Amino acid sequence: MSVDKKTAEKVARLARLAIPQDRLEPLADEINGILGWIEQLNEVDVDGVKAMASTVDMSLPLRDDKVADGPTGGGQPDNIVANAPQTEENFFVVPKVVD
Amino acid sequence: MTKIENHTLSSLRDALKNKDLSSTEATQAYLSRIENASSLNSFITLTADKALDMAKASDAKLTKGEGGDLEGIPLGIKDLFCTKDVLTTAGSHILDGFKPGYESSVTSNLFNDGAVMLGKLNLDEFAMGSSNETSFYGPVISPWRRNGDTTKITPGGSSGGSASAVSAALCAGATATDTGGSIRQPAAFTGTVGIKPTYGRCSRWGTVAFASSLDQAGPITRTVRDGAIMLKSMAGYDPKDSTSINQAVPDYEAVLGQSVKGLKIGIPKEYRIDGMPAKIEDLWSKGIEWLKDAGCEIVDISLPLTKYALPVYYIVAPAEASSNLARYDGVKYGFRADGDLPIDELYEQTRAQGFGDEVKRRIMIGTYVLSAGYYDAYYLRAQKVRKKIFDEFHDAFKAVDLILTPSAPSAAFGLGEKSGDPVSMYLNDIFTVTANLAGLPGMSVPAGLDEQGLPLGLQLIARPLDEETMLKGGYVLEKAANFKARPEDWWI
Repeated sequence: MSVDKKTAEKVARLARLAIPQDRLEPLADEINGILGWIEQLNEVDVDGVKAMASTVDMSLPLRDDKVADGPTGGGQPDNIVANAPQTEENFFVVPKVVD
Repeated sequence: MTKIENHTLSSLRDALKNKDLSSTEATQAYLSRIENASSLNSFITLTADKALDMAKASDAKLTKGEGGDLEGIPLGIKDLFCTKDVLTTAGSHILDGFKPGYESSVTSNLFNDGAVMLGKLNLDEFAMGSSNETSFYGPVISPWRRNGDTTKITPGGSSGGSASAVSAALCAGATATDTGGSIRQPAAFTGTVGIKPTYGRCSRWGTVAFASSLDQAGPITRTVRDGAIMLKSMAGYDPKDSTSINQAVPDYEAVLGQSVKGLKIGIPKEYRIDGMPAKIEDLWSKGIEWLKDAGCEIVDISLPLTKYALPVYYIVAPAEASSNLARYDGVKYGFRADGDLPIDELYEQTRAQGFGDEVKRRIMIGTYVLSAGYYDAYYLRAQKVRKKIFDEFHDAFKAVDLILTPSAPSAAFGLGEKSGDPVSMYLNDIFTVTANLAGLPGMSVPAGLDEQGLPLGLQLIARPLDEETMLKGGYVLEKAANFKARPEDWWI
């Protein structure tokens, strides 16, 4: 498997990264260099092996279904938008998305 | 009175308790060293006023004979930990101006124990790098130089600011994080002690995420004792992190000096790699002798999947990073691209201008390996190989108590010497990344100097949650190596 310019363009679009046309080819080459090195994983027999997502052997804990106190809790809209580049009355402001 | 640069964290703690000096004096002394060391570029943000306020509060407690385990001790904080109302950048342009409204769990723990924050330490952008050259704020310089040579040397990465600052005695200790080796490799490069605890020991809450199944916080300090003291404060169960381990944190300092007699030390033959400098091989052999002299039993072991660890890492870590970094969109915080752009272009331009090349490269790889049609071939396969590596370690630990390896395959290199080739840069983490994939604790202890006068480290890896045995072993190595070398203050 190797990444061509068109694939690089598609992946950049999926990742929401504006990559100039003249950078796509070199970027595809860099990615191919890394993927080529990764290909060695094909040598490993993984038949019947269960994919591992975490090293911690436990089920994820559930918390009570109620509004938390402190920084993860509710009722603090000012804090939530405090770092936003553009806000209006505690809303995040984005360009118009629906006509 | 002992000069501040000759204090370890533990000697400073004792001096503060004995009122030989005040926290304010110690803080001022470090602040003045930091000001003189701006050429090392180890700090992104200096929080002098906050530090002096915290020191004053600590002094009030110390005077009364009160205070926590770290009361009044000035620390540097890697700029990946969110600090309330203090600029937090992750070394990235995209977090311009970001002042969190909350405190990370790790820094909360430290501050609750009385620690003083001197400032925020430089790092590779989003902790992605092994040389600190990917930081938007410029590379960090190591206080170490090759003999008779003024080439600028990397302190390693991604916790390069932490390693440089500790090794130059700009702080008593520093927080760091380790996703593939980012605590242990910089520690090895700078003659400092770096501890990556078991995955889940330190809460990830409030630490800027890179690869969530691998990220783990830990300390960089000048001695093993210092590391034990800091780790005890940083670690602990946190319900806000769903992978935090709910187990009591032992008094790590209490095990230092305990006998290691009869411990079985595994020596994995796969860590003897082609092209490794002879000096590192020698040091590894010395490490084996030191542990043997202390009564340990040496066991040759084999970890045949070692060579697949880095390729697994370079699928899993970018995949998780591409997902974690999706939140940086120019809407909620940080940098936003200029111009009256439609929403898609706003996202794409913000991210293109806000992220550096290495971060973009990894987002691209992560997006690719997670995309339809490639997920099974790359991501799923990598997770299966990761499981096999995990099992291989767990099998090995049935026969041994600790594993001893070099920390890095070379000494520190000069700035720019490896930045042109991503894969050769990635190979820096060849000895450290396995512990991340398997969630195991690992630490680097300074063990000697190479022919050019640069530090080299030895790594110990332990069973999950067995930091105590690892620290016992690390303390033995530290005593035997008797590493006293210090970089000269050329930067002042």
